Amino acid sequence: MTERTIEIIKNHPKYQELVSSRSRYAWTLSILMLLVYYTFIMTIAFKPELLAVTLNNSSVISVGIPIGISIILFSFLLTGLYVRRANSKYDVLLEALKADVKKQGI
Amino acid sequence: MKVLVLLVCISVSLLASGILEGEIERQPLNISAIIMFLLFVGATLTITYWASKRTKTASDFYTAGGSITGFQNGLAIAGDYMSAASFLGISGLVYLAGYDGLIYSIGFLVGWPIILFLISERLRNLGKYTFADVASFRLKQEPIRILAAFGAIATVILYLIAQMVGSGKLIELLFGLPYEYAVILVGVLMILYVTFGGMLATTWVQIIKAGLLLSGATFMAVAVLYHFDFSFEKLFASAVKVHDKGKDIMSPGGLVSDPISAISLGIALMFGTAGLPHILMRFFTVSDAKEARKSVFFATGFIGYFYILTFIIGFGAIVMVLKNPEYLDLAKQAVSGGYPLIGGKNMAAIHLSHAVGGDFFLGFISAVAFATILAVVSGLTLAGASAISHDLYANVFEKGVCDEAKEMRVSKIATVALGIIAIGLGIAFEKQNIAFVVGLAFAIAASSNFPVLFLSMFWSKLTTRGAVIGGVSGLATAIILVILGPIVWMDILGYEEAIFPYKYPALFSVTVAFVFIWFFSITDNSKRARKDKAAFMAQDIRSQTGIGAEGASRH
Repeated sequence: MTERTIEIIKNHPKYQELVSSRSRYAWTLSILMLLVYYTFIMTIAFKPELLAVTLNNSSVISVGIPIGISIILFSFLLTGLYVRRANSKYDVLLEALKADVKKQGI
Repeated sequence: MKVLVLLVCISVSLLASGILEGEIERQPLNISAIIMFLLFVGATLTITYWASKRTKTASDFYTAGGSITGFQNGLAIAGDYMSAASFLGISGLVYLAGYDGLIYSIGFLVGWPIILFLISERLRNLGKYTFADVASFRLKQEPIRILAAFGAIATVILYLIAQMVGSGKLIELLFGLPYEYAVILVGVLMILYVTFGGMLATTWVQIIKAGLLLSGATFMAVAVLYHFDFSFEKLFASAVKVHDKGKDIMSPGGLVSDPISAISLGIALMFGTAGLPHILMRFFTVSDAKEARKSVFFATGFIGYFYILTFIIGFGAIVMVLKNPEYLDLAKQAVSGGYPLIGGKNMAAIHLSHAVGGDFFLGFISAVAFATILAVVSGLTLAGASAISHDLYANVFEKGVCDEAKEMRVSKIATVALGIIAIGLGIAFEKQNIAFVVGLAFAIAASSNFPVLFLSMFWSKLTTRGAVIGGVSGLATAIILVILGPIVWMDILGYEEAIFPYKYPALFSVTVAFVFIWFFSITDNSKRARKDKAAFMAQDIRSQTGIGAEGASRH
């Protein structure tokens, strides 16, 4: 990659939009995942009895079970959200950027 | 307190991958299991033959020429991750302690979304064959490659020991074959797959095994639920009634006891996953960043689904296996009481397969468990061999000017050598306590491979000096803390009290790595440092867009 190519891509509005929008989304989802996981782990470390509460009086199932299963489903849901946004928005931006860069003869 | 200690022990032996504790009593030859296993071996060797016809260049060998689709790669990643340890270990943990098994599964899963968001696409855009390609992209080749290759080889060998010992014991129990035969058989098959079929064969072995394991586990979970008219309430109520711990199996029991251990374990699982060479290598087998992204999406789905199944299987085993005399070691029970399972608690899922599907299904699940180990060791060996041939030989020893045929020959020799080393270590470690090895592998991956790789992609001020000093310190800290920790210091070396009180060093060793990398980078004013920093922009553009990477994937 030449200096000129770097300059052109770096200052390209589509590149800047792609990078800032994707980083924001990726970090937001990552932090959300960490938040959910560490809230769960800290509950287990400090207040495990919260997860032992049963769903209702007649049930033996603790709330911890649906919560745990939900975290697994939530992880998968997050990956789905990211892939959807990447397929629709980021790939489109990227293709446009590549076409533009090509047009400028790089 | 006793429960707590017990649980920590379990969680550690769980990390050590499907270990069956104590002396294994060899079982009579299990014919249906052997026939099904032979079918699997026959099919995979046929695939290897087919793959060998298509494996001509180095790119074919290391990455199947980038020809794997996102879906296939997702299944293969899930296959790498769903080792015999996950299947037998986690269902065994659920069987023994109920809810705690679920906590473990969740820890293993949550790293994946983060790998997707932050790492997978960049990795594909920057790398060619190994993660060292990425780490050394703008830094000085030799020192970074040596560091990365050392981290990769250490991780691979530790993991191989655990897998080989686990396979020997498992096969001894399930198939009635002597331990050494089993270890040699695994080693020889793995050498055949990898040397002849390269990444293409390894990937398909992994895909087939993942498919078999997922179908087998689905069948077991559905059979369990069928038994309880598809009512979770009935399943859990019966489990609570049967289990000695009663209602306690429905809530956290002490697997994670203090915040330091909790955070440290979380870091080891999360960052460790993102630093395992055989997992990272999978991202180079797809054609572009888009397929890499898809791989992780599918992998997360399959792995999550699998963990939900193991939870149901564990509870099913509590009801159908726990007090069933058919599966109990009666001789042991007469001495020590309780309800000891034949082969130990990690055999819960295996016995359940017999309870729900008879001898035939037992044979199927046993064959799948063996196939699982075979597939995982193949992936590991390929990752180790590429670190030796691509990083050390071609890029350090030959300074990057080396013809492909020669590089491939070295990687095949390395594969055979690693196979022989794995067989040797598998036999040497038969009677050793290897509970620390996978934990150590994860700690090294999290404390050396991951920080260098991550900062090389994300931090423009990283320099060669910072990466080398930080990576080596992280590696050394992880090894030292594991030795001084309770597992090695107390359980193996026999001292009264551990010098380092925690079983998982990751929180400390990862911190050391990041702080040292940071400090020795920002204070680095050398000529090389200026070059390292100046090259970041070009690297970042390529990692974000893939511009310039097309050539690397179109061989």
